[in-house]
Amino acid sequence: MYIATARQAPASGGTGRIAGNVLALGAVSLLTDVSSEMVTAILPLYLVLGLGFSPLQFGVLDGMYTGVTALVRIVGGHAADRWQRRKLVAGLGYGISAVGKLGLLAAGTSATAMGLVLAGDRTGKGLRTAPRDALITLSSEPSALGRAFGVHRAMDTVGAFLGPLVAFCLLWTLPARYDVVFVVSFCFAALGVLVLVLFVRDHREVLPRVAVSLRNAFGLLRSRPFRRVCLVACGLGFLTLGDGFVYLLLQKKLDVDVAYIALLPLGTAGVYLLAAVPMGALADRAGRWRMFLVGHLALLGAYLLLAGTSGIVLLAGVLLLHGLFYACTDGVLMAVAGPLIPDELRTSGLALLQTGQVLARASSSVLFGALWTWFAW
Amino acid sequence: MRILLVVVAVIALGVGATAYALRAPDEVPVAVEAGPVELTPGRLLFVDDASGRVASVPLSDPGGPRRLSTLSCKRFFTAAKQGLCLADRSGPFPGSVSIFVDESLTETNRIDVAGVPNRAKLSPDGRMASWTTFVTGDSYAQTGGFSTRTGIFDRETLLYQSNLETTRIIGMKRAEDMNFWGVTFTEDDRSYYATMSTGGKTYLIKGDAVDISAKTLRENVECPSLSPDGKRVAFKKRVPGDGARPWREHVLDLTTMVETPLAETRGIDDQVVWLDNDTIAYGLPGEGIWAVRANGQDAPRQLVPHASSPSLVSPK
Repeated sequence: MYIATARQAPASGGTGRIAGNVLALGAVSLLTDVSSEMVTAILPLYLVLGLGFSPLQFGVLDGMYTGVTALVRIVGGHAADRWQRRKLVAGLGYGISAVGKLGLLAAGTSATAMGLVLAGDRTGKGLRTAPRDALITLSSEPSALGRAFGVHRAMDTVGAFLGPLVAFCLLWTLPARYDVVFVVSFCFAALGVLVLVLFVRDHREVLPRVAVSLRNAFGLLRSRPFRRVCLVACGLGFLTLGDGFVYLLLQKKLDVDVAYIALLPLGTAGVYLLAAVPMGALADRAGRWRMFLVGHLALLGAYLLLAGTSGIVLLAGVLLLHGLFYACTDGVLMAVAGPLIPDELRTSGLALLQTGQVLARASSSVLFGALWTWFAW
Repeated sequence: MRILLVVVAVIALGVGATAYALRAPDEVPVAVEAGPVELTPGRLLFVDDASGRVASVPLSDPGGPRRLSTLSCKRFFTAAKQGLCLADRSGPFPGSVSIFVDESLTETNRIDVAGVPNRAKLSPDGRMASWTTFVTGDSYAQTGGFSTRTGIFDRETLLYQSNLETTRIIGMKRAEDMNFWGVTFTEDDRSYYATMSTGGKTYLIKGDAVDISAKTLRENVECPSLSPDGKRVAFKKRVPGDGARPWREHVLDLTTMVETPLAETRGIDDQVVWLDNDTIAYGLPGEGIWAVRANGQDAPRQLVPHASSPSLVSPK
């Protein structure tokens, strides 16, 4: 019943122009990531040093929202498809997160208010991801989809790279002025929303061939290729160690000071940033699904290095393979799945896939965390 | 046209953010008097909120004008006319430094520590020092999660244990999630009380800094502080309530193991200090330093506004 709208084109993509819409969405993601990573980088410090929160407890607070986000993602994806307003839903998500930055200022020392603001921020993130990725797939040549996602993810990662830098530079020049960090973060987020409004064009499919309903969205799972993608992505997601865990193991094995653990994600991000476009383009030529699996082999390689090497080989090897894993899988998976979903259900389908992946990773985190605690070493 | 709009927005937001950043901070109305800050008996030392520097007032008139030093600390503790200052050493990444000072707050020694400053304490004769910092990312669960690191430094032998995590807990299997914080020393400069958490529970432990071992005494005890007579510990106990500071300060009699809730009902997230055998003092974020009787009676009273991290220069 659900026919793939575009079969994966063989060996043609990779050189064409990147759609303006993709670049615009990339710019939006860049600005938004600067904004959100600024806050992520300093929030623990702010809560503990600025507000006197108990840190150990904040960890618990932080972990509770995964379920909420999953639900929001599905509902948001569905709403975007039903009214064919992907830009609006994505914009809503970006907007909520932007306002949330000011909410951090307003929340003051109340734990409840702080919890609500953080939940709002997650909701915004949950809302925007699927419609944004759907817009990328709908705006790009199917044959060059891998590359398009590569460009988007590279721009996104530039933002993630700059965010903490901006935040710490601000705190350096204006000690303890966390409020300034929030205000500047809001400015970046607001610019992101503005660029979205002005430069991103919506894709509205005028004549849905099938009614858009939640049932139909879940019905996508009856299509064999899409179901396979979901199952494999969730299965592999479940076998993926959380990033924090990888960095912790790396720090333990290298026996470097824990303070430097904050630098390790920059290594992964740097590789991801550089490799996203070439790997995306390669995926278009060599097969995206194959690339997705190769990415997981890279991850397996990283795990093997964690188990068996030491010193500079360990450090460089793990960060390289970990970054390659992201470059080969994150955008590429969306490029695999996009063409398998009919246009009018594109957002719902991607939301479904992302939710499954998020939940699989979250449960794997919990499980590995428990194992880690249980089998002390 | 669209580009122009973006440029206008960039300028407007830039100007707005700059104006906000340069806005003069709210003046805090505290009286300051001239004079040196020294560790003279009868003076209450603390960290001044507005300046972040160590300040002092006479305990006889804690609400009066304060003297300000030039020493910046997040946490300060004094015993036997010696001081321990745990200060922020954050560059691009969080870091702390433990600074030892003499009677005139002149630095004598320093040790760099990883993480965000949290607690600092000296033994009654000033020989043993301990501090706790919070380290981000040192957790399997999430980046943004915290774990504690607690160091003990013997100023006589110069033995430095940078993290209590290696401590053997008698009768308990070593677990990866074991965290230690809030050390309080006894008079023998060897044994101490502290908090250890594992598996979502906190325990009062009695440790031995030489053996690097400890045993658990009781559950649900955080940030213990030993009374001057060594017979009781004040501690924060987790109770149902506000999500941010769900604690009620209690005093535990170490002989009878009977615990008494104190009259302070606001959540205290502090390692309290004893002013004498009957009174404890503590900081409340945004509300200054308070004191309350250690027997559970009488209402708490404010000692010093706009201040935190109290400690008293003892007479001996």
